[in-house]
Amino acid sequence: MSDMSAKPNLSAGVQTAGGVGTAPVSHTEHGDAHHDEHEHHDQHWLWKYVFSQDHKVIGKQFLITGIFWAIIGGTLSSLFRLQLGWPEGTMEWLTPVLGKWVEGGKLNPEFYLALVTMHGTIMVFFVLTAGLSGTFSNFLIPLQVGARDMASGFMNMLSYWFFFLSSLIMFFSLFLETGPAASGWTIYPPLSALPQAIPGSGMGMTMWLVSMVFFIVSQLLGGVNYVTTVINLRTRGMSMSKLPLTIWAFFLTAILGILSFPVLFSAALLLVFDRSFGTSFFLSDIYIAGQALPNQGGSPVLFQHLFWFLGHPEVYIVIMPAMGMVSEILATNARKPIFGYRAMIGSLIGISLLSFVVWAHHMFVTGMNPFLGSVFMFLTLIIAVPSGVKVFNWLATLWRGNIRFTTAMLFSIGFVSLFISGGLTGIILGNATLDIQMHNTYFVVAHFHLVMGSSAFFGLFAGVYHWFPKMFGRMMDEKLGYIHFWLTFAGVYLVFLPMHYIGIAGFPRRYYAWTGFDSFSQFADMNKFISVAAIIAFAAQFIFIFNFFYSIFRGRRATQNPWNSTTLEWTTPLVPGHGNWPGEIPAVYRWPYDYSKPGSETDFIPQNVPYSQTQSSNLPYEQELAD
Amino acid sequence: MAQTTTLQPTAASTLDAPRTGNWDGGNEPFKASYGKLMMWFFLLSDAFTFGAFLTTYGMIRHKHEVFTGEASAFHFSTKWWPIPDHVFNAFPGMGHANVPLGFVALMTMILIFSSVTMVLAVEAGHRMDKKDVQKWLLWTILFGTIFLLSQAWEWGHFIRGHEEGTLMADGTVFHGANLSMNQYGPVLFADLFFFITGFHGTHVLSGVCLLVWCFIATTNGTFEKRGHYEMVEKIGLYWHFVDLVWVFVFTFFYLV
Repeated sequence: MSDMSAKPNLSAGVQTAGGVGTAPVSHTEHGDAHHDEHEHHDQHWLWKYVFSQDHKVIGKQFLITGIFWAIIGGTLSSLFRLQLGWPEGTMEWLTPVLGKWVEGGKLNPEFYLALVTMHGTIMVFFVLTAGLSGTFSNFLIPLQVGARDMASGFMNMLSYWFFFLSSLIMFFSLFLETGPAASGWTIYPPLSALPQAIPGSGMGMTMWLVSMVFFIVSQLLGGVNYVTTVINLRTRGMSMSKLPLTIWAFFLTAILGILSFPVLFSAALLLVFDRSFGTSFFLSDIYIAGQALPNQGGSPVLFQHLFWFLGHPEVYIVIMPAMGMVSEILATNARKPIFGYRAMIGSLIGISLLSFVVWAHHMFVTGMNPFLGSVFMFLTLIIAVPSGVKVFNWLATLWRGNIRFTTAMLFSIGFVSLFISGGLTGIILGNATLDIQMHNTYFVVAHFHLVMGSSAFFGLFAGVYHWFPKMFGRMMDEKLGYIHFWLTFAGVYLVFLPMHYIGIAGFPRRYYAWTGFDSFSQFADMNKFISVAAIIAFAAQFIFIFNFFYSIFRGRRATQNPWNSTTLEWTTPLVPGHGNWPGEIPAVYRWPYDYSKPGSETDFIPQNVPYSQTQSSNLPYEQELAD
Repeated sequence: MAQTTTLQPTAASTLDAPRTGNWDGGNEPFKASYGKLMMWFFLLSDAFTFGAFLTTYGMIRHKHEVFTGEASAFHFSTKWWPIPDHVFNAFPGMGHANVPLGFVALMTMILIFSSVTMVLAVEAGHRMDKKDVQKWLLWTILFGTIFLLSQAWEWGHFIRGHEEGTLMADGTVFHGANLSMNQYGPVLFADLFFFITGFHGTHVLSGVCLLVWCFIATTNGTFEKRGHYEMVEKIGLYWHFVDLVWVFVFTFFYLV
């Protein structure tokens, strides 16, 4: 937004060593001018709310689209939980919605596969990637680093609209006559590469791939924006070691996205060629109905390598923004500094680095060289170290805190609980030998739904409840929030704890029904129980949705800093306009976790309060700054 | 605000002033505008895309047999990976003369020259010399276009094939290559050749389009009014990256 007039000063800054101070000044001056300009004339609503270049509006667009997708993804899971809980039951009553996918009162098995595929795709990419980091990176980065907006508002807008386009394509693929993609969210070839293999590998798969290509473009546009904003647009005094942990998490998440999504792009493009133009990258030695296909020499395992090179960092793309927000919310509501601030940053960096070298732990049973398997196992288990650092730091932050149980705080504590429960089984699955028994069972399903699925959702909820006052100037209802939290928290455990048992008992994933196996019949009631819990937990989300939309219009009016928080976003007006701060952007003097500082008059000191005003609480080394 | 302008970068030692070190915010720690940073991060990401393709090449090639006989006895067969000297040995206008890698060497030289002229355009931009920017941009566009045309010729020759052809599994003799048949060796050799050089060529084509746009903007005086030619620099970064990728593609397909 401000590059045009800022440029001459920048080049001056490059040439003179003492010019470091000039660039930001020109930037803020211009930002102010830019801001005033907008106060004088009203923007057309189309540019203000639809094709907006304001990071706050774009963040809300991502959030609302994400909520839409979460409803779809949750509905799909309820449908297949109905099938799994009552395999003998009739689905006739769903005919008005599902049409020909219900045949003679039974759910079509091919459609069942499509349901799990689309549930995974929607939840991982559209809700927990775009809906989570898209919302909060957009909304919080400029506000918390002290910037007028993202580095490039235009590209930021494009990022949302590419996501929108991708969403449209994915959404319409749900209504294809042959059904949407059905080869799992991991779209392994040859199933996904051969349109004649199953109906879902036809047009549904093509639309899936096209949609994902646009999704990746959206991620890249967003990612380069987040990273450059954090590097270049921090306000005066906001050093990297004064950044809130949210920003560190978003920053590293964006870097992971920039480095891993292009590999999915490569894999998708190669798959498009295999599907549509007769190449053999992932195909070899395939017989269909006794006929050998001409494709020779490719490798389906190659696809898995390419896919998981994205796929593994992707789970950290999902979880790290949640980690950052939870760190922030725990410290704020425990009225204590986050325990081990630098260790928190170090562990985020550690997780980010490790995330690129563990992908083959998803492939222990593909016939990979066992030695390679042991290398990946070793690297995978190392992730327990930074994860453990984070968990202990969260617990130590809570320890003897002056805890305020806001809804956001409850969800944050819930996040820590789910992350521990799901993380422990990760250590089991990370062992190559144990994975031979466990892979592709419900044990895996239970593991990742706890550790990244539900946890990331809890992070998302915590973030929404916490930053809702900043987004809309009103508060969400606490009582409804409590009900939402407890139903969800209990629901998640009631769904996924039993899944560990049926997983150990050998239930494979992605099976339409187990009625053919006598040994599984004793678990029929457990499956029914899981289904009931899942549907109740899903229904509880509508409390949140009601609370969310009701509070936008009717919620209690918020105060400027309702949580007595230290970070910069709470120094903006109640509902910040374009440009975020009406006057000068505040400078930053201290880290973001000065809660309950001994000697201080208040139990929090915002980042923009200089040390000169807090003489009573300054630590010796802080006082030395004056000398 | 006036206060910050008078601040010296070292004057970080009062209780009232924010720190002003290189990474302390309020400036550009890499001394690069956000646009340039974005280009760098985009290129990093694009490098991973190409990296994935070249890894694919490596893994698939590793899966295939190599020709183990005397080099002089080499002949095309779908059984083994071909030796590039025998595939890419034609030169435009020289009929059946055997010039192993001659043409591709020329193409590579042209592309590297285009990088040189690109550097000169960026340098002229630093001097705010509109005429020179135009001149060197034109040369870069010219070299880029020649490279694309050469690649088209190379593809054409690869597709038409050698006179003798190769006996396929179904008993027919096949000339040239397409995405599902290949005279020179396993079909994946052709698949990868078309895909990776095609993907690179698409990048060059986008680069030429960007350069043409950049040339028009220069001619219209857009950058002069803006007071800097940073856009030329950003497109230059992209152009050099595309050249660098070609060096890898060239190494993989032609040299090893």
